Amino acid sequence: MMTRKTGIAGALSALALTASLATPAAAEDDTFKIGVITFLSGQAAESFGVPAWNGGKLLVDMLNEGGKLPAPYDTVGFGGMKIEVVVVDEAGGATKQVQEFRNLVQREEVDAVVGYVSSGDCLAIPPVADELKAFTILYDCGTPRVFEDNSFEYVFRTAAHATMDNVSLARYLKSRDFDVPSFAGLNQDYAWGQDSWADFKGAMSQLYPDAEEKTALFPKFGAGQYGTEISALLREKPALVHSSNWGGDLQGFLIQATARGLHKRSQLVLAAGDHVIPQLQDKMPDGIFLGARGVNGLAANARGGELKELTDTMWTAYEAEYDTFPVQAPFRMWQAIFGLKTAVEKAMADNGGTKPTDEQLAAAMSGLAWDAPSGRIEMALAGGHQAIQPNAIGTTKWNTETGKMELVDVEYYNARCVNPPEGMKSAEWLAQGFPGAQCD
Amino acid sequence: MDLVATILVDGLIYAGWLFIVSVGLTLVFGVLNILNIAHGSLYAIGAYASASLVGAYFAAGGDAFPYGSYIAMILAAVLVAVVLGPLLERGLLRYFYGRNEVLNVLVTYAVFLILEDVMKLIWGVNPYFVYEPYTLLGTVEMGSLFYVGYDFAVIAAAIIVGLAVWLTLNRTQIGKVVLAVIHDAEISQTMGVNVKRIYLGAFMAGAFLAALGGALTAPMISVTPGLGVNVIIVAFAVVIIGGLGSVPGAAIGALMVGISRAASVHLLPEAELFIIYFVMAIVLVFRPEGLFAKTQARKI
Amino acid sequence: MMRFSVFTYAAVGFVVLAAGAIVLPDWAMFLFAMALAKGLVCLGIVGMMRGGVVSFGQGLYYCLGAYTATLAANFLGVSDIFLLTLLSAAVCLVVGLVFGPLLSSYRGIFFAMLSLALSMVLYGSLSKMSFIGGTDGLNIGAPTFLGWAPEGRPLQTALYLYVVTIVVISGALMRVYFDSEQGLITLATRDNELRVEYLGASVRNVMAYNYVFGALLGGIGGTIAVLALGHVDPEFAFWTTSGEFVFVAILAGYLSVPAVFVAAIILELVRSFSNLYFPNTWQLALGIFLLIVIVALPGGLGSLVSRRKGQDT
Repeated sequence: MMTRKTGIAGALSALALTASLATPAAAEDDTFKIGVITFLSGQAAESFGVPAWNGGKLLVDMLNEGGKLPAPYDTVGFGGMKIEVVVVDEAGGATKQVQEFRNLVQREEVDAVVGYVSSGDCLAIPPVADELKAFTILYDCGTPRVFEDNSFEYVFRTAAHATMDNVSLARYLKSRDFDVPSFAGLNQDYAWGQDSWADFKGAMSQLYPDAEEKTALFPKFGAGQYGTEISALLREKPALVHSSNWGGDLQGFLIQATARGLHKRSQLVLAAGDHVIPQLQDKMPDGIFLGARGVNGLAANARGGELKELTDTMWTAYEAEYDTFPVQAPFRMWQAIFGLKTAVEKAMADNGGTKPTDEQLAAAMSGLAWDAPSGRIEMALAGGHQAIQPNAIGTTKWNTETGKMELVDVEYYNARCVNPPEGMKSAEWLAQGFPGAQCD
Repeated sequence: MDLVATILVDGLIYAGWLFIVSVGLTLVFGVLNILNIAHGSLYAIGAYASASLVGAYFAAGGDAFPYGSYIAMILAAVLVAVVLGPLLERGLLRYFYGRNEVLNVLVTYAVFLILEDVMKLIWGVNPYFVYEPYTLLGTVEMGSLFYVGYDFAVIAAAIIVGLAVWLTLNRTQIGKVVLAVIHDAEISQTMGVNVKRIYLGAFMAGAFLAALGGALTAPMISVTPGLGVNVIIVAFAVVIIGGLGSVPGAAIGALMVGISRAASVHLLPEAELFIIYFVMAIVLVFRPEGLFAKTQARKI
Repeated sequence: MMRFSVFTYAAVGFVVLAAGAIVLPDWAMFLFAMALAKGLVCLGIVGMMRGGVVSFGQGLYYCLGAYTATLAANFLGVSDIFLLTLLSAAVCLVVGLVFGPLLSSYRGIFFAMLSLALSMVLYGSLSKMSFIGGTDGLNIGAPTFLGWAPEGRPLQTALYLYVVTIVVISGALMRVYFDSEQGLITLATRDNELRVEYLGASVRNVMAYNYVFGALLGGIGGTIAVLALGHVDPEFAFWTTSGEFVFVAILAGYLSVPAVFVAAIILELVRSFSNLYFPNTWQLALGIFLLIVIVALPGGLGSLVSRRKGQDT
């Protein structure tokens, strides 16, 4: 039966081919190889993935040169090792990303993985990271579930999660004495959208106990067209509309909503809205309350203080290179890379100066604290695996003279005011009325 | 505005969009007997072409006459039809006429794969935005709700397209010839009809309608790769429900899908995603030829 | 004579593939395991293709099998791989028996569309079921093998050998089925259904059998895939996933069983390197390749080594 023989021949040759491709992309001891995963195509690319990668590329180059940043970031690379980066497109869904992760760790043999904008990917990857014992930093995704529903040894998140964004929004409303008889929400139907809405609702039920919760809409991630949903929101007439939409979904929603006057009828509050400002420019209406998921973008620029030199250095370099100001995504990539640098150098100090293993990196990263343009980052939750950071909420206002969008009435919240404390799940913390919160 | 009226208006808006997107698919199947999976890609290319053309129009000083952007959009759809229609039909599909229907589906699936990457190669992977045409027609107040004039323009476009196709097929000479070809291509050929030209024309019309759907959608959204992947499924559902090859069927199918989706979003948002496929499956189980299909004799 | 040959070749096939456990690096073993698991689904499609119908909705069973295994592992605490496979196979068998008789009376476009619609219904339903993850899907832990709980390379090797065994057994059984009476009737149906009916065979029955086998294979393939990946989401039932299975089936052709798995491995290799090296042209390459196969090799890769008289498409 010829078919059998040739089938076997086929299998043999496939095996041989693959075995020959098995030459590992060996990482030498004087370079530190990181695998970066971010959206390089699709609707999340222009506002999120690409700016993040641009920021990352810029910082890696500056670090490899050495001496371009204020202490303690003036040393070359990571502990003297040059940084080498392999970048992978996050598009394609969680299943594809799991395969790409395995390739990065097993075939490309990276020393650390820094990735994941999408909360969906952040739920799928950590178990695989622990299975492969690969040190992984989640630099962007926001769902609190990652470390609240599970614990991982090798996975760390260097940015605060969605609870912070939504509690800050609620506190901003309260501190500005905004009246909220009713509110509604339009969020994407996946972990990030669902958790953002749950956290916002939880915070509102504490700060505005009499507010009526109207409709909560969950269109599919990537839906892009919200005609029917906007009709529903216009009909319900809530005083406030909350949305954690991001990327192309946020752009589409804002364009369609403002064209139909939703923003005049209801106050729009956007948990992560700053990143669409460069694309929308003056099409973004005035008076929207938005956050940048941390003291990022315009809010960071306005803050001043101890971190002014670091922030200004990065801001000017980014603007010079890319002709636009950095929004939240590059800020979060920077805090991840600065954190990784700090962890690598701490691990090297502990192990006598050699390139740290995944276990040593994990030990060093746990409970670490460092400075970034976004503020002081502390790995304070989930046994040292989940970061907290300060936040800021502002109101949009178009400056007709300069032709730029500004954030006015910015309020800053310190990390322990808007993040849950260690050992407590966000939902509990909200339900109990923020016990242990340290707000000034 | 009361709930029923809102659902009807939203449903109608979505149905109008659906009809424009689906009528090309049903036309191509009716005339050429090909279920064109690449229809979704033609839609996406229409959206990209429209975004590029409108963007170029405004960059070249179109602000003086913004309504020209609508002409640019239609022009984009025409361009897509004129370039890709002959290329695909003459260059590829005609070699498969008369073959197994499913084989043709596979061929168009291959074309879909190819066009997905061609789009990335031509337009890159970043999103395109052309919002100006969306806000040009102002807002329309209905009860306590606001709609954009543009949405109603899409409904008007759908009605015009539907009437145009129906009138062409039933009231013009060429339309009667096309109907003859639909009924029996072989006999038509022996009667002297240039069937090749009819096929090309029908395919180009289908491509134009797909691209027009994309062109009209572009101002509402960010045009990104992968746009066609979801659209083709919805178009299939509409066409299956209405009956493959039936233009009035596409209209009824579009209305059914549009209104049920609008009702679902307002009343039972959890069902929104699968309601369309569920209706499609039910129709297939109980009346597979659709509600208005042309009857086909079973050949031995 | 024939039966003896099949099992000899099956044994040889097993030895060759199992050698991969020693020869292949980690990433390649994972890739092969995924490819072989998906190949099982494609084998089901090939079984139906021999009867002249193409299913554009095998993702339904791939997804169903994967979710059954994941839910059983996460909510019922089942971690034994044999048990999980049996469970998924059972669920898919039941669903296949429900839909099989329905779909067996459809042909051509309508079969393709109905199978597609059913798989999209599952996709839509799962996407909205937040209590089992919605669009985020679910993670599944490592499987155990009759009490043994390996980690690292031993785990990958065990999983790989498990899928190789299943593939070899399924492949052999399907080959036997293809050469059996019902299998040959299937081939005849592809040529002319009415004549087969006139000759006294039941076309509906044979189509239903093929569909149910497809469902079983799809479910088993899905289970192994989810155990190799560690993650499942509704995309398993999306039409593009089913489209890829069809691509492999067309590439392989309906004449040879090993060709199915070779084609699956080829696709996985291309996909694996595509994101890093040619992210914007790999689908183009696949599409062109599919056209070439349709035009030049209507019997698929398998026809390179085995001819069938009078074949057209």
